[in-house]
Amino acid sequence: MSTTTATTPAGSTSSASKVDPMIRLQDLSKVFAGQARPAVDHLDMDIPAGEIIVLVGPSGCGKTTTMRLINRLIEPTSGRIILEGEDVTRVDPDKLRRRIGYVIQQVGLFPHQTISDNIATVPRMLGWDEKRIRARTDELLAMVGLDPATYRGRYPKHLSGGQRQRAGVARALSADPPVMLMDEPFGAIDPITRDRLQNEFLRLQETIRKTIIFVTHDIDEAIKMGDRIAILGEGSKIAQYDTPERILTAPADDFVADFIGSGASLKRLNLTRVRDIELSDWPIARVDSARDEVLALLRASDKGAVLLLDEGRRPARWVSGRELQRDDQPLTEIGLPPEALVQPNATLADALNEMLKSRYGCATVVDAAGVYQGNVDFATVSAAIQEMRRDARDRSRTEADEAHAARTAQS
Amino acid sequence: MSLFDYLGRQGDRLLGLTIEHLGIVLISVAISTVIGVALGLLTYRTAGPRRAVLAVAGVFLTIPSFALFGLLIPILGIGARPAVVALVMYGLLPIVRNTITGLRSVDPAIVESAQGMGMGRYRRLFRIELPLAWPIILTGVRVSAVIIVGIAAIAAVVDGPGLGKDIFHALARVGTPTAIPQVLSAILGIVAIALLIDFVFLVITRLTTSKGIRA
Repeated sequence: MSTTTATTPAGSTSSASKVDPMIRLQDLSKVFAGQARPAVDHLDMDIPAGEIIVLVGPSGCGKTTTMRLINRLIEPTSGRIILEGEDVTRVDPDKLRRRIGYVIQQVGLFPHQTISDNIATVPRMLGWDEKRIRARTDELLAMVGLDPATYRGRYPKHLSGGQRQRAGVARALSADPPVMLMDEPFGAIDPITRDRLQNEFLRLQETIRKTIIFVTHDIDEAIKMGDRIAILGEGSKIAQYDTPERILTAPADDFVADFIGSGASLKRLNLTRVRDIELSDWPIARVDSARDEVLALLRASDKGAVLLLDEGRRPARWVSGRELQRDDQPLTEIGLPPEALVQPNATLADALNEMLKSRYGCATVVDAAGVYQGNVDFATVSAAIQEMRRDARDRSRTEADEAHAARTAQS
Repeated sequence: MSLFDYLGRQGDRLLGLTIEHLGIVLISVAISTVIGVALGLLTYRTAGPRRAVLAVAGVFLTIPSFALFGLLIPILGIGARPAVVALVMYGLLPIVRNTITGLRSVDPAIVESAQGMGMGRYRRLFRIELPLAWPIILTGVRVSAVIIVGIAAIAAVVDGPGLGKDIFHALARVGTPTAIPQVLSAILGIVAIALLIDFVFLVITRLTTSKGIRA
């Protein structure tokens, strides 16, 4: 089949950027004995390497079944599973599973083994020597934020829920598998710890770049964790498989829109950073400017206040027209101290939150040194949202055109 | 004659009988454990066979021991053999039941994560399920041993070894001066064996249970 590549039409080069997926599910179905409807119904899905793919959907949609089909804890009724280009539908399931990390909600640490023995499970089965295992165990403990000297000899019962979950992640990573399956890994953890573990895990993923299939029923978690989200309906039918941005701005159908819920635009604000949007123009002036100049500046604009900057261009005071007209005090002492300061890496949601608390409905963006960058107000946010919508629409149109072109070229 | 006079005079013989008694108990418990744990392993995952095994082992325990020993004479004759067979039958229920209970009480999430990491059926059983069920299984064996210590005394009806001989001998001569001290001293030996077994099992449980699952 390698000889056919030479005859491939030139038009297909546009898809050359699409590298082979880490996992490909082909026409995969699962019918449980005694059930009329398939739990997974002819699923086709490509999972690209190095990304977090979230399977999300209402309970009973088959998302957990789909995940377990991948490491064959559930054997498919029909279809194929391709891992790294190799058909693994019929290989020894135990050997397959040692190549795939597995983390479940209840963690499932072995209570009779120490944390380091738990982590060493797969390396021992693979026959690593003890020295290598010990080094790897300590490395992983440190990686998930558990001090090796303290935790390696402890038993699971000595750990808190969050620590157990970290140990579970370390255990799943032990033999450095290319793929990890995570079934509601943070589902049983209190909201505050969950948020921290999610953030830690995202940071970890920046360095380990695993291909992760992550199951959750929580759309907010999906949006936060996913590079891509597959929204699944009954029988694991893919309703939409796309980036969080696109799913929020351009839901494929009513089912997806319903599943996202009413706050889609608000959720969308979590995905955009202040540095990525166009900031709005509020009148600014040096704090040592003449009072008349500042007043003229304010009158020329449609805003209600002027932001005064100090000699280092750091926000110093917010002053309104009325305050400027009372000329009994110097500029540095009238108005309000700077408020609602956000940094460029803040999300629009953070900025909006600050904005709502501020007097002028405006958040001020400053860099790490406190130097003024611009302002964010409601008009800015609303413009940014409209821009995202337009982008999403354009992109889906272009992709639809490309797909159409590809189909016509094939036939 | 007082109990102490009797113990003083018959001490050596009593010690011999006590060791004999302990011996038959240990052999019976060992066989019962092998059979009971095996039956538990074979049936804990399937409801039908599991209930059947538990029901049969339960029935064994309800047969009056005197009758069971007697019933075994035509098949196995007299002596140690029918005694051991009967004691093994009595010892089964606590062991089978605790093996099944212990294995079934292992958190399914633990077994699932073991399977998900690529542990095969036997590795899972021997590395995960059995070690976790171990304290419960061992409790079953201990209960079984203590039950058998008492019932082994009845083995004297089939001329089995142990302290039962003295009890039957004395009961046949109630009214004679040595009858009561002889019964009491045999009972004393049996109680001592039971306490010893209990203690030894506590030590074994402690030594063989992982620190991670110790209460």
